[in-house]
Amino acid sequence: MNYINAHFVANTDSHNSLIKMAPMKLYGWAVSPWMARVLVCLEEAGAEYELVPMSRSGGDHRQPEHLARNPFGEIPVLEDGDLTLYQSRAIARHILRKYKPELLRSDNLQESAMVDVWVDVDAHQLEPIIRPVVFNVIIKPFTGSDCDQDLVDGSIEKLKKTLEVYEARLSSSKYLAGDFVSLADLTHFSFMRYFMATQYAEVVEAYPHVKAWWEALLARPSVKKVMAGMPPDFGFGSGNIP
Amino acid sequence: MAPVKVFGLARSANVARVLVFLEEVGAEYELVNIDFKVKEHKSPEHLARNPFGQIPAFQDGDLLLFESRAISKYVLRKYKTDDVDLLREGNLKEAAMVDVWTEVDAHTYNPALSPVVYECIIKPMMYGIPTDEKVVAENLEKLRKVLEVYEARLSEHEYLAGDFVSFADLNHFPHTFYFMATPHAALFDSYPHVKAWWERIMARPSIKKIGASMIPSKA
Repeated sequence: MNYINAHFVANTDSHNSLIKMAPMKLYGWAVSPWMARVLVCLEEAGAEYELVPMSRSGGDHRQPEHLARNPFGEIPVLEDGDLTLYQSRAIARHILRKYKPELLRSDNLQESAMVDVWVDVDAHQLEPIIRPVVFNVIIKPFTGSDCDQDLVDGSIEKLKKTLEVYEARLSSSKYLAGDFVSLADLTHFSFMRYFMATQYAEVVEAYPHVKAWWEALLARPSVKKVMAGMPPDFGFGSGNIP
Repeated sequence: MAPVKVFGLARSANVARVLVFLEEVGAEYELVNIDFKVKEHKSPEHLARNPFGQIPAFQDGDLLLFESRAISKYVLRKYKTDDVDLLREGNLKEAAMVDVWTEVDAHTYNPALSPVVYECIIKPMMYGIPTDEKVVAENLEKLRKVLEVYEARLSEHEYLAGDFVSFADLNHFPHTFYFMATPHAALFDSYPHVKAWWERIMARPSIKKIGASMIPSKA
């Protein structure tokens, strides 16, 4: 513990001496899982940043001012000095590369490859399954659309098969890329946060190593802090529509 | 040093992705076929390499990897030289721009372009199912909007991440190669800088070599 704190302080001092610019700015709405993916990395890195809130229902992301930052009209967007970045995983990698490269394992060929494998497993295997469940089960009721239960049911069946792979992995490895926490684990948090707020959380909890890994993520100070800005109903229930 | 192994078929876009980067760095490699007809991709041997039972899988000594972009980055880091540095990880800004446009390919460009390939080539050729022209039209409309952004970007820079070819550009190759075999290839003619960028990619020796081993079929 002391070693980690000392390392963090030394790192911060040396970076502050090199990086004498304004804090980074992150544009978007904090309830967005893409936004939250980046926020967790900013918090893990202990980097100074300013969250610039935008309104999704107000269409801020389609205004010329935002299109100048991201011509695809999406959030999050990071401004770091004269660098403007979009795509949540690209932003996340930049932050970690700059402030906390050990979360990418940049200095180790094999470990960095394992980090990349499991970042991509989240992106290409897991997220495509849980995103439609979150959309149908949580968001659609608020926007007056009907939940596509067939789609949800099919997704849950696919999820079980995918979770078998995660369970096997986490039975032999404390975290996804190895016995060290990394971007691979952190990148999973934001979409899972919403999935685990649905009645289908028990599907995940049936896999004991996945459950333990998820609980370890939830215990991280960075995750707790970001989660505080992510009400399980995306703010719809309280009238704080993003 | 034993050659690395790639498991899968050269005509699979994600396998081709890895092969392009192996060619770019000049690494020695062996392509090991996986026979889907006998469900080899679901065999215990293959599941040990890729627990999702997909291709590609990759082996370098004791290291087993899957997910084509993760494999490709490992290859690019291991064989990086001063002449061949497609990730630019030694430069914060350049690396970030490579990542941005790599993600744009994966999450914005490809999701608009691949359904057209699926409808026009894969469904009719592999499954004997007719093309759903409504799906094609919807995705071409999305792709046009994406290509407008690419056109603006490539009017300012020779390549996507800047004035250097990178991982971001070459990741676009495999699926775009198949798109060019659909009846909608001429869409790119409306975006001259994009078309010129594509032609620069196609002129690369690695691309010519791997393209020749992929089998595009006219719909």
